[in-house]
Amino acid sequence: MPTGLFHTRYEDDEKIFHTLWVRIWMWSFVLFLFLVFPFVASPLSGFFGFSVQHMANMIGIFIIGAHGLNLLTGFTGQISLGHGAFMGVGAFTSAILFMKAGWPFWLSLPAAGFVSAGVGMIFGVPSLRLRGLYLAIATMAAQFIIDYAMRNWTSLTGGSAGFNVDRPSIFGFALDTDLRYYYLILVLAIVSTLFLKNLLRTKTGRAMVAIRDRYLSAEIMGVNLFKYRLLAFGISSFYVGVAGGLFAHYNLVVSDEHFTMWLSIQYLAMVIIGGLGHVLGGIFGTIFMVLLPELLRIPTEILSNIYPNIFAIFGTLRELVFGLVIILFLIFEPDGLAARWHTIRAYWKLWPFSY
Amino acid sequence: MSPGVLHFVQLVVTGLVIGSVYSLVALGFVLIYKATSVINFAQGEFVLVGAYICLDLIVRFQIPFVWAFLLTMVFSVILGLLVERLTLRPLIGEPTITVIMVTIGLATVLKSMVTLFWGTQIKVFPRIFPQEPLNFQGIVVSEVYLWTLGFALLFMAIFAAFFKYSRAGIAMRATAADQQASQSMGISVKRIFAISWCIAAVVSGVGGILIGNINGINITLADFGLKVFPAVILGGLDSIVGAIIGGLTIGILENLMGGYLDMYFGGGVKEVAPFVVLVVILMIKPYGLFGTVEIERV
Repeated sequence: MPTGLFHTRYEDDEKIFHTLWVRIWMWSFVLFLFLVFPFVASPLSGFFGFSVQHMANMIGIFIIGAHGLNLLTGFTGQISLGHGAFMGVGAFTSAILFMKAGWPFWLSLPAAGFVSAGVGMIFGVPSLRLRGLYLAIATMAAQFIIDYAMRNWTSLTGGSAGFNVDRPSIFGFALDTDLRYYYLILVLAIVSTLFLKNLLRTKTGRAMVAIRDRYLSAEIMGVNLFKYRLLAFGISSFYVGVAGGLFAHYNLVVSDEHFTMWLSIQYLAMVIIGGLGHVLGGIFGTIFMVLLPELLRIPTEILSNIYPNIFAIFGTLRELVFGLVIILFLIFEPDGLAARWHTIRAYWKLWPFSY
Repeated sequence: MSPGVLHFVQLVVTGLVIGSVYSLVALGFVLIYKATSVINFAQGEFVLVGAYICLDLIVRFQIPFVWAFLLTMVFSVILGLLVERLTLRPLIGEPTITVIMVTIGLATVLKSMVTLFWGTQIKVFPRIFPQEPLNFQGIVVSEVYLWTLGFALLFMAIFAAFFKYSRAGIAMRATAADQQASQSMGISVKRIFAISWCIAAVVSGVGGILIGNINGINITLADFGLKVFPAVILGGLDSIVGAIIGGLTIGILENLMGGYLDMYFGGGVKEVAPFVVLVVILMIKPYGLFGTVEIERV
């Protein structure tokens, strides 16, 4: 087992799995997710008091979305406050095509991604001229405009009530239970993670990172800023669009209330808490943010003995804790969970010779 | 006047009043941006907190309006100081996204605290200004609107004088122009940061009280802070004059668009129109009417 970095070729440096052990661990983790997890999920649900399977599905869906935002914000340096709405576009696209136009699911889901990508790119056009703060404001405007469209384009979206969506089947395999849907989500989450990880090793990925780090220098080096910024917006929105499509068919109802500014903020919180610019960051951040409300339930139940009406204000308490968590993370752990993970791993890898 | 013209003027006048409050809140927003380069997403929550504090002082503690108003301002100063000291100061020098996110977190915390204390029900201010409509040749304006406009203009005048003549105001402008130079001239930049947050909290609180007098207050008042974005983008993020003009323009524009387009889009155009304007401005003239154009050199 290596105790440090001993790369002698670029190919070694660019490898996703640096050692055989990492590869074995990764494969066993994937096998665990496919074969073991579904069977331990239901006993665990009884233990934790919430449906572990449901949580895993939600985490999987949001991991895809968080990867998308991470590509845009963490790797290309463009802030987006509109990803909640882009996810909504994907959700409505897939739901409308599936329910109203009668498309098969295997077509409507990619279509959700492509329509989202289109919408995201339209609102990404100002990114050529805008950076940082201004882009954040522009995408926030996108959030409000799309939100308004989802609420008021009643003939298409069903207004604020939304409409019901059926669980789909894919090539004859009905995805009618949480467990069956889990496998679809799992496959897509793994594919999206692999795609992101590999994208970063290509010319495109390196161009994006160059834009993030110093865009003027990147432009001088011959990176076409407009093309790569727009591409980042497109791929990123494709990711959240697919996540939206998955969410719509999983949730069984689509309405605008799921895709508000609040969701955009949550997405940003996921990638920031997880770690901007780390693929693992999207995963850690999502797990943390999705589980946070459930973990909050435990102290709330204890407190409910003292304050019986605490459940009435649970939603507000959750928001309060959410805000505090964001602030504390930014002040005390600005690099996110992924950076912490790398530190811990490096410590163990070199132990006991960590100096 | 013909009914069409009357309708138009009526819309403009109402828009002007709401716009004057936008201007006031935008003023606080621009101030923070100018002095500290922080975009404050919690501006709307300052509006909210100010309005609720004042309401509580009047209704629960039976304090006369004038004193309640002044006490609210004192409270806003404390709030501004606390926010700056606890959340923003540790982040000086951090990247943009971190700072944006921390103000968003702050907004969430403030909003949920308000919900915990005061609930989500809409609350109505006791009559402080007379509500009787005044009739100017057919244009009906409630008296409270005029008071609001007057107050907003008064506060803007006070701040204009503050920046022009007072020591602290001049120091603030110096800091905005060049932090290092002003620091070497003996200005405490940290103090200036604190003052900017205080002033921003105060003007927002005043804005909240004024709007609360017109519409009553509930938790959605916080969205008011988001409407400020179109105003400041139109005026230019770092221009105080721009904030005032931008606020008035957006107020009038949203009212006009709401008045004429609601029937085609099924209502609520007022809520979204400023953001459409925002996107258009960003595409055509990203630094607004009076903003400083950033010139970048390698």
